[in-house]
Amino acid sequence: MNAPKPAEPASDFAPWLDPAQAPLIRFENVTKKYGDFTAIDNLTLDIYEREFYSLLGPSGCGKTTLMRLLAGFEVPTKGRILISGEDISAIPPNKRPINMMFQSYALFPHMSVAQNIAFGLKQEGKSKREINARVDEMLSLVQLEPFANRKPQQLSGGQRQRVALARSLAKKPKLLLLDEPLGALDKKLREQTQFELVNLQEKLGMTFVIVTHDQEEAMTVSSRIAVMDLGKVKQVATPDIIYEQPNSRYVADFIGDVNFIEGAYIKQSISESDTKLQHFQSSSHGELVAQGEIELSADEKAWLALRPEKIEISKEKPGFTNNCIKGKVWDIAYVGNTSTYHVQLSDGTFIKAQRVNRNRLRKRRITWEDDVWLSWHSDAPVILTK
Amino acid sequence: MNINRFSWFNITSLTLGFAFLYIPILLLIVFSFNKSKLVTVWGGFSTKWYSSLFQNEAFMDAALMTLKVGVVSATFATILGTLAALVITRAGFFRGRTLFAGMIYAPLVMPEVITGLSLLLLFVAIGWDRGFWTITVAHITFSMCYVAVVVSSRLVTFDESLEEAALDLGCTKFSAFFQVTLPIIAPSIAAAWLLAFTLSLDDLVIASFASGPGATTLPMKIYSQVRLGLKPEINALSTILIVIVSIGVITASIVTKRATMKKRFYEQQANAQTALHRCSNSIFKRYYNNCPKGGT
Amino acid sequence: MKNNVNWGRVALIAIPFLWLFFLFLLPFGSVIKMSLSDMATARPPYTPVFNSEEGIIGLWTLISEFDLENYLLLTEDELYWRSYFSSLKIATLSTIFTLLIGFPIAYGMAKTPSQWRATLVMLIILPFWTSFLIRVYAWIGILKQEGLLNNALIYFGIIDQPLVILNTDIAVYIGIVYSYLPFMVLPLYATLEKIDYSLLEAALDLGCSQFKTFWVIVVPLALPGIIAGCFLVFIPAMGEFVIPDLLGGSSTLMIGKTLWGEFFNNRDWPVSSAVAVILLMLLIVPIVLFQKMQEKELKEQGQ
Repeated sequence: MNAPKPAEPASDFAPWLDPAQAPLIRFENVTKKYGDFTAIDNLTLDIYEREFYSLLGPSGCGKTTLMRLLAGFEVPTKGRILISGEDISAIPPNKRPINMMFQSYALFPHMSVAQNIAFGLKQEGKSKREINARVDEMLSLVQLEPFANRKPQQLSGGQRQRVALARSLAKKPKLLLLDEPLGALDKKLREQTQFELVNLQEKLGMTFVIVTHDQEEAMTVSSRIAVMDLGKVKQVATPDIIYEQPNSRYVADFIGDVNFIEGAYIKQSISESDTKLQHFQSSSHGELVAQGEIELSADEKAWLALRPEKIEISKEKPGFTNNCIKGKVWDIAYVGNTSTYHVQLSDGTFIKAQRVNRNRLRKRRITWEDDVWLSWHSDAPVILTK
Repeated sequence: MNINRFSWFNITSLTLGFAFLYIPILLLIVFSFNKSKLVTVWGGFSTKWYSSLFQNEAFMDAALMTLKVGVVSATFATILGTLAALVITRAGFFRGRTLFAGMIYAPLVMPEVITGLSLLLLFVAIGWDRGFWTITVAHITFSMCYVAVVVSSRLVTFDESLEEAALDLGCTKFSAFFQVTLPIIAPSIAAAWLLAFTLSLDDLVIASFASGPGATTLPMKIYSQVRLGLKPEINALSTILIVIVSIGVITASIVTKRATMKKRFYEQQANAQTALHRCSNSIFKRYYNNCPKGGT
Repeated sequence: MKNNVNWGRVALIAIPFLWLFFLFLLPFGSVIKMSLSDMATARPPYTPVFNSEEGIIGLWTLISEFDLENYLLLTEDELYWRSYFSSLKIATLSTIFTLLIGFPIAYGMAKTPSQWRATLVMLIILPFWTSFLIRVYAWIGILKQEGLLNNALIYFGIIDQPLVILNTDIAVYIGIVYSYLPFMVLPLYATLEKIDYSLLEAALDLGCSQFKTFWVIVVPLALPGIIAGCFLVFIPAMGEFVIPDLLGGSSTLMIGKTLWGEFFNNRDWPVSSAVAVILLMLLIVPIVLFQKMQEKELKEQGQ
């Protein structure tokens, strides 16, 4: 089993880069309309076997509709959905090799934990012995053996979540859909469960598609993330690419914190280390330089996206002249491990810069109203044109 | 603070309100044990009106008829009303939906004289002999609307993802309804049946229109007696009916209250378990092995 | 997308639909038809009678014999329009009285500590489950001249001559308010219970007096319940028969009682049908409004 490591899922598992691989799921120009409202807009995407694929976006972006189209609760207005190359648009939900874990868990309150897990197997008409064996297997998988005869309302939130997971896995679906699976859990439990989910997915070698609005959750569990907005996919990529090389201001802003500096393109140059440097003229901050492969015409507008943790903040002017802006500390957001400095620039705009608090409180020298210098390396910003 | 300042007012209004509701009923019950034939003058304790009631065959026949009509009409009304509730809450849009909703809600407030008269004229027009079945059909028709309202108010709060989960796990829509939806909404269907049953038991006007010479229900019998003046037997009969209904309603409400308390208890227990689980896995396991299996 | 007919759905809709159509809607047609016929001392007691053997000609003879005679009678005989007017007055005033009595009860219930509320709701519902007829009957014993109320008042020396209450309009008002009180209290309570009482504190905090707070915060928020309660009392009270018959006097005119009399005592089916048609036309607007409210409420519940 070539199980990917959760820390770096992209390192050795990347079927989407291999043109010989056929996707498990393919959306082909799928559109879903409710009356005049377009929930999914001409969407095309591929999901490969053994992926842990996240659909990430704000509420109303169409991620839940996409999942319901997969489960079969909705029928596309236009386009096709293929599973292993076969069009499933006409197959009702109860005949699809796909199971879903519901956001509300949707555990049947009048059935015990074991009966809930056995429910799907019973519909298949399996023998009692087979069902019992599989239920026991699932109960031990989610470590709920002592609770087999309990009713869902006699369980805690975390236990219910595991019953829902066991029930949706019992039929060994080709694809498991998880709709905000950890949304109802508190933060500590959620973090722990994220890793359990990833381990389980690897152990079973199954394909998971998860809907979430929680970017940290998506970053932690996913092989790839599809960032969605208004029924369209903005970017599909591994978590590190989504974070470090977003393709648009929307994606950069949706994942994590970011500063945008607008500039007009001047020219391209080659550095000593043979990398391409793009030069921009910012109206208030002079010339700024960023590494990048992008081809732009003169005076074209672009944005430099800068993550706060990639910005240096210091009281003294740094030794180099590129990418250096002066400002005044307007506010400090102290969250324990890091502090974020809100620095007001000469033109009135703000830039956030983050620092790890390696020293104790009294040793930190930068404080409110201090004049500071913000600086960054030319490989820190991402050049965005949309 | 604000709530306390109001409370004298609340207590007074509740006391007066409930006194107004219950004193007439209590007086009725008290005077059913009156020895005197004069219903409003106390003449000592006696249960003789009860024994004379049970010896009155006309009353007993009417009671039996009422029970039969009640059980049959409540059962059919529950089935039809549940279907109607599903149509209102689940069938989506169809041509005639507004008309359908109108036909569900209008009978709730329609004056009984109109409903009764119109049903009678229909029965006459199609040449249906009036009697047990015409009363029953009339009762089904108006009580199914009450059932539809009770059941649909349960269905709208029903978590539809439960049905979707059943579909997702391989059920057809039909079997999802019987395996998942029906067992969960069963308590409100039972309540709806009881409501339909008491409505049937209670009805004078529609039954009077829909019945024929051979069929007299208890309310019709009571009405014909009451028109002639107060009768101690009627007090006795009323007391019996009130006691039966009260026991039923109070039992039902205690059962539901128990159920919610039990649910709350289990939730607390489950939360405690989660806390324990986080503290230590071994304590967690030992706790469970000693814990009696809670189950309903 | 789906072109094939979903027969399960069709059956689901058709069964209750057809039942109500044939047994609730269609009968109104026969009421209208009857209202256009004439009374006859025969069995059935009206003419014309449709003879199916005569086919289409028979149908035409039938229609040609219809007339508006009964409606003319309703306008000419003052008994009828006075009944309508009196019903309207009694139903309106009783609705107002029920609201005035029901509101403090519902408000008191909504402000009771939550562990008591379920019990109070049950206590409000309980009389509703016991026979309507019996509850009206109970008032005869209380209100009549030698009844319990007069006995008590004389005993305490408040009056020395018994009051005449039974067989007057006052008894009818008491009967309607008493019988329909639960219908008013329950929808009122349902809306009042949902009000966030920190809104009242906010209003007081912002300088509103207690009295004004009630009028500008509580009443507007309770309005859906007030309207629903009023419909639930007013519409059935308009056609009430049992209460005016048992508690009212011979001078108490209510349209339900008049209809009943025409039908059962005079056996004049055509006139009673005409009375019913006019009553229905008076009530159609409130009934439609009530239906709209019910549907809206159902939708809101679902959200």
